[in-house]
Amino acid sequence: MTGTARMVTSGERLRRLLALVPYVISRKSVSLKETAATFGLTERELIDDLNLAWCMELNGPQPYCPIDLSYEGGEIVVSQAEAIDRPLRLAADEASALLVALRMLGDVGGGDAAVVDSVIEKLGAAAGGTAGGGQLDRQVAVVTVADASGHAATLTQALADGRRVHLRYYVPGRDEATERDVDPMRLLMAEGRTYLEGWCRRAEGVRLFRLDRVLDLAVLDVPARVPDDAAPVDVDAGLFRPSPSDVTVVLRVSTTARWVTESYPCESVTEIDGEPGWLLVSLRTPDTGWVRRLALRLGDAARVESPARLVAEVRATAKAALTLYE
Amino acid sequence: MSKRRTERLLSIVVLLLSARRYLTAEEIRRAVIGYPEQDAAFKRTFERDKDELRELGIPLETGTPGLFDDEVGYRIPRQDYELPDIHLTADEAAVLGIAARVWRSAELSGAAFGAMLKLTAASSGPGPADGDDEAAPAAPGIVPRLTTQEPAFGPLWEAVRDRRPVTFSYLASGRAAASQRELEPWGVVSRRGHWYVAGHDRAARPPGTRVFRMSRISGPVKMAGQAGTVAVPPGTDVRELVKDWGTTRDRDDARPATLMVRAGAGLGLRRPPARTEPSARKPGWDLVTTRFADLTWFAQYVASFGPDAEVTDPPDLRDAVIACLKGVLST
Repeated sequence: MTGTARMVTSGERLRRLLALVPYVISRKSVSLKETAATFGLTERELIDDLNLAWCMELNGPQPYCPIDLSYEGGEIVVSQAEAIDRPLRLAADEASALLVALRMLGDVGGGDAAVVDSVIEKLGAAAGGTAGGGQLDRQVAVVTVADASGHAATLTQALADGRRVHLRYYVPGRDEATERDVDPMRLLMAEGRTYLEGWCRRAEGVRLFRLDRVLDLAVLDVPARVPDDAAPVDVDAGLFRPSPSDVTVVLRVSTTARWVTESYPCESVTEIDGEPGWLLVSLRTPDTGWVRRLALRLGDAARVESPARLVAEVRATAKAALTLYE
Repeated sequence: MSKRRTERLLSIVVLLLSARRYLTAEEIRRAVIGYPEQDAAFKRTFERDKDELRELGIPLETGTPGLFDDEVGYRIPRQDYELPDIHLTADEAAVLGIAARVWRSAELSGAAFGAMLKLTAASSGPGPADGDDEAAPAAPGIVPRLTTQEPAFGPLWEAVRDRRPVTFSYLASGRAAASQRELEPWGVVSRRGHWYVAGHDRAARPPGTRVFRMSRISGPVKMAGQAGTVAVPPGTDVRELVKDWGTTRDRDDARPATLMVRAGAGLGLRRPPARTEPSARKPGWDLVTTRFADLTWFAQYVASFGPDAEVTDPPDLRDAVIACLKGVLST
């Protein structure tokens, strides 16, 4: 998790050592394997850290070793480390990083609100005297869309109970409401939105459903049955990965409509030579319906360049719409 | 990474935590192994070490060692160094474990992970660093993530943390050219997957409170003043400042509009507070009454429904939809 492949600075390594020693002390004895996993290290790296602490000498004035430890048989025991037997208090950014994340968890209604609140309180108290001011966490914040529907709470419960749900779900690209039975797998909160990840029995595949597009939700009296080979989305690689069957769409977009490049995952955005104020945008999508709607709303600030079928579709739709006003 | 430097820093921490009085630089030099022989080199190295320790949040206190001594000395008071006792239930540790995994950010993933290690080290039972997302009993199957992909996030977060003013170049929506900004940053906020910075813009005319979307900052963010020189006005809530950025739909000056929407279509237009009734005049169509504040935005939204929606009133909205659709055909 810390990215052990990269080089760490002396400061970062010291921070790790100052947590490692009390970690072992509070457990009396703990295996190399478990410790390495907790600290995100290889066993080799962990042993290097332990050796460093054990070899450290002070002149007092005769040289002595203030830390004594062993890891014989793969079990670490710290027999002497009086001065650093407790962890260092939280730094301002450490406390804020956790508090901001906890408040977000509480706001989106994921998890038990009482538990989240009590952790925030305990952490706030422990970080109270933190160097750098206790208000920093208020200066980093996440605005969450209020879950007025209560869908997140309902789905959390359905997940806990292992129940199938029925959704009426809005698909904006086709401007239609669809009915589906879904076996919930996880609730994902990423890229500013909350999604239900589940096995869609209609599509017979893993699908993501944006909670703000769920029109109706019912928990069914049927146990969820997610197939063993249902592969969850790799959240850290991005929620929407292009698939080989996607269509590549090329748009010419005015810089006044630059928001388009921020709101949709684009493969490339390039300025057009000799045409200042215009961008060439390329994106891949399994469904061009939403691109058609996007092109309609952008008016003269965008033009679909390819595929030709979509170009024709956009023009035909605009013409048909204009006949309403004749 | 310098192993010797880490070793030296660790020695200083152990030495000053165990010391019963302030130790002078000379005493520290004698006790700690690995300092340069030469005086000037020692001084430089010792200064760097002190900075590094303070950066890690280690409370390095200065004072005078003795009554008749005015040489400065150092110590680390235990009560300021140690993490206060914190007892977490298994459910609480699990929730904290989820929270620590939320960040996908060069700046904050490390901080969250470091905090979690300290909290785990403080407890004898399973700590938040044990287990994983999926195993958390208090919140099964919940996977939250916060990413910071905007290059401006790092320097702006540091500026907020250290209370330093910044300058950057900003490409506002709908503008072709960037403008230079001079900001006293009050906070950074994530909203709908985008990061924003809010603060007092000295370059605005007149200077005032402004919110900037980080993805529209072009070029580097530069520090433009000393740490501690930005004063956040008391009672500032940065979430409130960013909450309504760029949205106009809920404004007070909203006007009514009536639309004809094809039955079964235009679901986005029918959402509350819009009212829908079947049209008596045109079978197969519904009459939708709604409100809008931003004429351009709403006209474009109606246009996106193509032949499934027609504005009947007001006339300026109707004209704006027609203009938008004609724009599509003109390109």
